[in-house]
Amino acid sequence: MTEIFGVPTQALFGQLLIGLINGSFYALLSLGLAVIFGLLNIINFAHGAQYMMGAFVAYLLANLLGVGYWWALLLVPLIVGASGVVIERLMLSKLYKLDHLYGLLLTFGLALIIQGLFRHYYGSSGQPYPIPQELTGARNLGFMFLPNYRAWVIVVSVVVCLSTWYVIERTKLGSYLRAATENPQLVQAFGINVPRMITLTYGFGVALAALAGVMAAPIYQVSPQMGADLIIVVFAVVVIGGMGSILGAILTGFGLGLIEGLTKVFYPEASNTVIFVIMAIVLLLKPAGLFGTEK
Amino acid sequence: MSAIVSSTTHQAHTRSGGVPRHQIVAFVLMVAFFAIAPAAIYPIFLMKVMCFALFACAFNLLLGFGGLLSFGHAMFLGTAGYTAAHAAKVWGFTPELAILFATGCAALLGWLVGLLAIRRQGIYFAMITLALAQMVYFFYLQAPFTGGEDGIQAVPRGKLLGLIDLGTASTMYPFVFAIFIFGFLLIWRIVHSPFGQVLKAIRENEPRAVSLGYDTDRYKLIAFVLSAAIAGLAGATKSLVFQLASLTDAHWSMSGEVVLMTLLGGMGTIFGPVVGAAIIITMQNYLAQLGAWVTIVQGLIFVICVMAFRRGVVGEIANLIKKPL
Repeated sequence: MTEIFGVPTQALFGQLLIGLINGSFYALLSLGLAVIFGLLNIINFAHGAQYMMGAFVAYLLANLLGVGYWWALLLVPLIVGASGVVIERLMLSKLYKLDHLYGLLLTFGLALIIQGLFRHYYGSSGQPYPIPQELTGARNLGFMFLPNYRAWVIVVSVVVCLSTWYVIERTKLGSYLRAATENPQLVQAFGINVPRMITLTYGFGVALAALAGVMAAPIYQVSPQMGADLIIVVFAVVVIGGMGSILGAILTGFGLGLIEGLTKVFYPEASNTVIFVIMAIVLLLKPAGLFGTEK
Repeated sequence: MSAIVSSTTHQAHTRSGGVPRHQIVAFVLMVAFFAIAPAAIYPIFLMKVMCFALFACAFNLLLGFGGLLSFGHAMFLGTAGYTAAHAAKVWGFTPELAILFATGCAALLGWLVGLLAIRRQGIYFAMITLALAQMVYFFYLQAPFTGGEDGIQAVPRGKLLGLIDLGTASTMYPFVFAIFIFGFLLIWRIVHSPFGQVLKAIRENEPRAVSLGYDTDRYKLIAFVLSAAIAGLAGATKSLVFQLASLTDAHWSMSGEVVLMTLLGGMGTIFGPVVGAAIIITMQNYLAQLGAWVTIVQGLIFVICVMAFRRGVVGEIANLIKKPL
């Protein structure tokens, strides 16, 4: 068997693939956080819970209504995103005048409620969600086997991330968004409905989390805790990347996923903590984050 | 940062006359409650309340008076719990030495984390402390001396100063009571010291404090270390009370709980965290059989407090009598 640095290539590429998959989720989730933060100036602590909701709603659609993966991919972000719109209208919108930390505390409370409810009704154990038939199996790349579903996740994540980047940085709608991030009063004065834009932005960010949840359902088990620990890692990713740049959030997400995968190969004990260590180093060298700018 | 607490706090009392009378009355009531209560309430439960009250007071020193929201304070509670348990069980330290050692460890960790965390402000500060606390949690999950999922069990309470056996509630209770009152008064003193005043100035308007010549980073770091050390004092005491140090104390949900206690009791009030801790611990006791409902109710309290009850219990009372508590 071939080896690189004393590690069998099979194991190396296997872990790199897992890293890339994790990176896909980091990227999608930190992108959603960055988009929400950009306009609302709050950190959405419920992001992990909404990711979990995405997976659970897909699971429930399949088991109660017989709705398959492909419809779930479309419906779940809409359903969960709508729940986000309700949360924004009923609660978050009342807090914009206060310190931003209240938004963090509110969404933390919501995360506890959502996770608690799902744990109460479905227990802590994971529920299986099947890989859609069209994407079962794997292809031989010569140096490793690539399961089709995992390739699909990476591709979708890259496409969604890049389209979001394109919409925000290169379209008229995106320019409104960026302008409202800079100066909401002025944009409002130009006749653009900023409150509605804020509501829809939050809904969109939540929908991104839900989409990530649907895609994660066949890979990880669907369980109420699936988002809780993940979101803390994503926070670290966001601190490392800095929330100033959309592309930065995407690159950091994928990059850190890969680094985590490599750590699993070369020093498995540190694989849980490597992202946090990187965060500490980045804070020492460049406190604003790799792509951030000091405000 | 000012908006988060300015509605709940009041200017500290700086007249030379000392502490206002209603605060002394409140303090006497609190001491009297904890002195008489063991006659009617299970002492272990009361000791738990005091440990968490001290933990919440330490957290409040940072949030309520320094304006820094740490979302990782469980790491100090957990660190002190583990180090105290290890020192008492493996090294055979007497309880007071084990607690001192653990408090020192928590302070050291607080210094390291503080150095990193104060480099960013606001929500970044919260995210950084949360992430670093998660790193510490994973360390304890894997480190051999913590016993992983089992924790360190059967920690001996030992003999205080080598003389008084703390094995029974009748001796342990006064010991915990004394630590709690000591920690509480220490925080009170810090808040009302010149240092505490500068801290408040930084909370209200950091650029202005800088322009007045204060090295704000240094003040924030000292506040962080003090808060970590007192949180550690609470954690070390707790591990001796329950004779157990476990991962629960280092988990992020514990960091959330202490935020909740402070928010519910009243951010930036002296007595709020004690009341908040008592309410939350009592609630957990009653809802313990209901599993996930504890989490749901805690989440609901968070939402209600943020939406409609931002002053907290003690903050509302203080507002009613128009005097700071």
